[in-house]
Amino acid sequence: MKKLILSLVFLPLIAYANEAAIGVTAPIDATDYASLQRGARAFVNNCLNCHSANYMRYNRLKDIGLTEQQIKDNLLFAGEKVGDTMTVAMNPQDAKKWFGVAPPDLSVEVRARGADWVYAYMRGFYRDETTPTGWNNRVYDKVAMPHVLYELQGEQILNHETHQLELVKPGKLSPSEYNAFVGDLTNYMAFMAEPAKQQRKNIGLWALLFLGILLVLAIKLKKEYWKDIN
Amino acid sequence: MAQDKTTAKKVEATGLMGWIDARFPLTSNIKNHLTEYYAPKNFNFWYFFGSLAMLILVLQIATGIFLTMHYKPDAELAFASVEYIMRDVFGGNIIRYMHSTGASMFFVVVYLHMFRGVIYGSYKNPRELIWLFGVAIFLCLMGEAFFGYLLPWGQMSYWGAQVIVNLFATIPLIGPDISEWLRGDYLVSDATLNRFFAFHVIALPLVLLGLVAAHIIALHEVGSNNPDGVEIKQNKDKKTGIPLDGIPFHPYYTVKDLVGVVVFLIVFVVIICFAPEMGGYFLEANNFIPADSLKTPAHIAPVWYFTPYYSILRAVPPVMNSQFPGVAAMGLSVMIFALLPWLDKSPVKSIRYRGRLYKRWLAAFVVSFLVLGYLGTVPSNVWGHFGAWMGGADRATVIARIFTVVYFAFFILMPWYTAKDKTLPVPDRVVG
Repeated sequence: MKKLILSLVFLPLIAYANEAAIGVTAPIDATDYASLQRGARAFVNNCLNCHSANYMRYNRLKDIGLTEQQIKDNLLFAGEKVGDTMTVAMNPQDAKKWFGVAPPDLSVEVRARGADWVYAYMRGFYRDETTPTGWNNRVYDKVAMPHVLYELQGEQILNHETHQLELVKPGKLSPSEYNAFVGDLTNYMAFMAEPAKQQRKNIGLWALLFLGILLVLAIKLKKEYWKDIN
Repeated sequence: MAQDKTTAKKVEATGLMGWIDARFPLTSNIKNHLTEYYAPKNFNFWYFFGSLAMLILVLQIATGIFLTMHYKPDAELAFASVEYIMRDVFGGNIIRYMHSTGASMFFVVVYLHMFRGVIYGSYKNPRELIWLFGVAIFLCLMGEAFFGYLLPWGQMSYWGAQVIVNLFATIPLIGPDISEWLRGDYLVSDATLNRFFAFHVIALPLVLLGLVAAHIIALHEVGSNNPDGVEIKQNKDKKTGIPLDGIPFHPYYTVKDLVGVVVFLIVFVVIICFAPEMGGYFLEANNFIPADSLKTPAHIAPVWYFTPYYSILRAVPPVMNSQFPGVAAMGLSVMIFALLPWLDKSPVKSIRYRGRLYKRWLAAFVVSFLVLGYLGTVPSNVWGHFGAWMGGADRATVIARIFTVVYFAFFILMPWYTAKDKTLPVPDRVVG
C-alpha cells in the first residue's frame, strides 16, 4: 500500500529524463555573475536588434551584480530608461515581410525550449543553399533566422554521411571560444526567463527550516494529546 | 445528532459567549462539529487527505484573489500579465507558483482521498450522499482546473481548451452548436478567455464551496467511517452516549491533522521553490509560448490529472466516422464513480475484511488508472508499432484499449465479484 502511495505521488517525476535528442548540455550557472554579465552584453548587442525581451526590465540586471550606472553606460544605446523593458524598434509587420515570420520575443524562450536547446541552436547553424537565407539549423530545420553570429563562429556545413557539422571557414573565435560565448548567452537567457529563480530557492530554504521546526513541535503536541488514547 | 444528550446541556448564558449564543448557535456549533464531534480513534495515514484538500481549497482561493489583482483576462494582455506577476509583482512568483502547484496538488490529494473512500468502503450505506457530494466536488474541480488552465494564454492553454471544447462538438446533432455556445466564438478567442475567467474566479468556486459545505454537513450527520469499516455509533457508552471508539475531533484530530498539514507544506514548498514546473507536468514548457491560433503544437496533452480519461478518449475507436463514442466513454469514466455505492454488493466496508477477488480487481483498476494516466501524457506512438500481424497498430493504443476495458470492468462487474467474494468477519469494535 505504501509503495502505491509513493508511486502515485512521484509519478510526475518520471518526466525528468526524456530530453536526450539535443545531445549537448548548456553550461548553466546562475551564480556565475561574470558569465551572466557577458551573456547580457552578448544578448543586447546581438539578439536585441530583432528579438525583443518585452517582459525583462534592464534594471533587473542588478540581480546579476551590475549597478544602475553600469547598465546605463554599457547596455542602453537608444535612449531607453533603466526601468524600461527590452523592446525592439523593429515593426513586427516589417519583420514578417523580411523574414517570413516575426522574430519571437525571447523573454521566456529558455522556459519554452530548454537551455540545452538554445545552446545547441546557437551552435547548430550550417550553410544550406536551398533556404532563402542560405542558412539552416540542425535543431530547427528550415529556420527563418539567418546565422547572426557567423562572423564569430565561422561557417559550418552538414556532412550528410556522418550527420556531423564541420567548420569549413573559421570565424573570429575559436570553436571553444565560440562555445563559451554562446554558453554565456544561454546562461543569461536562462536567467532572463526567470529572474527570481534564485530568490525563490532562498525563500524555500528558510521556509523549510521553519517548517522543520514546526514539524517537530507539531509531532510533540500530537503525542502529548494522544498519550491517553490507546 | 440532536438525540445526543451532550448538546442538550445547558450553555453559558452570561458574558460575550452568552450574548452571542442567545443570538447565534456558536457554542453548539463548536460542540457539534469540533469538541463533541466524535471521530473514530483509528484513523490512519489515509485520513489526512480530507483536511489537506480543505487546506488547498483555502490556499487556492487566497492566492487566486491576489492573482486576480494583477491578471488581465484579455487575449492581448493575458500572457504578458502573467509574466508581469512573475517578475514585477512583489512575491508574485511565489503566489503564482502556489496557485499552479496547488492545482496539481489538489488533484494528488483528492485522488488519494477518493482512493481512501474506495478501500475502506466509505461510500457505502449510510454515506452514499457524502460520496455523491464528493463526486460532484471532483467534477467541479475538473471544470475549475480546465477553465483556469486557459488563463495564462499559452499554447497549451489555448490548444488544450480548443481540443476539450471541440469534444462537445462530437455530440450528434446539437454538438457543434454546444461547442460554439461554450466558446462564445467560432474558435477559442478573447470571448472564450473572458467567460472562462468568469467561470474560474466566481461561478465554480461558489459551487465548490457550497458542495464542500454539503459534503461536511452530510459527514457530520452520519459520522466518519474508519479503516475497520465499523459503525462506532453502534457501541456507545451507556451513561454519556459517547461512542466507545470515538474521540472528540478537537483537540485529537486537529493536532493530528496539524502534523499532516506541516508534512504536506514541506512537500509543497519543495515543489514551489525548487521544481515548480515539476519536469513539465505541473507547468508545461509549451505554455511559455504565447497562444497562437495559427500554429498547432505537434503534441497536445492535457495536464497529468486529466490524462487517464484522455487516454480512454483516445483508446475508443471512432464509430461510423464519429468520435462521439470516445467522448462518451471519457465522460462515463469520470461519472461512473458516482455509482459505486450501488455497484458494491459486499456485506463489509473495509478492504481489511474483503476477500482476494475484490483486492485483485482493485489492484487491476489501480494499475490501469496509472498506465492510462501515463499513456495520456505521451504521443500514441510512444511504444512503436506492432508488426503486420496486428495490422501495424500502435502498441500504446492497443494497451490503452486493454486497460480501458479493465477500468470499466472494475465498475461494471463489481456487483458480481463483490457479491461472490468471500469476506472475513467484521469485529464489533475498531481494532486499530
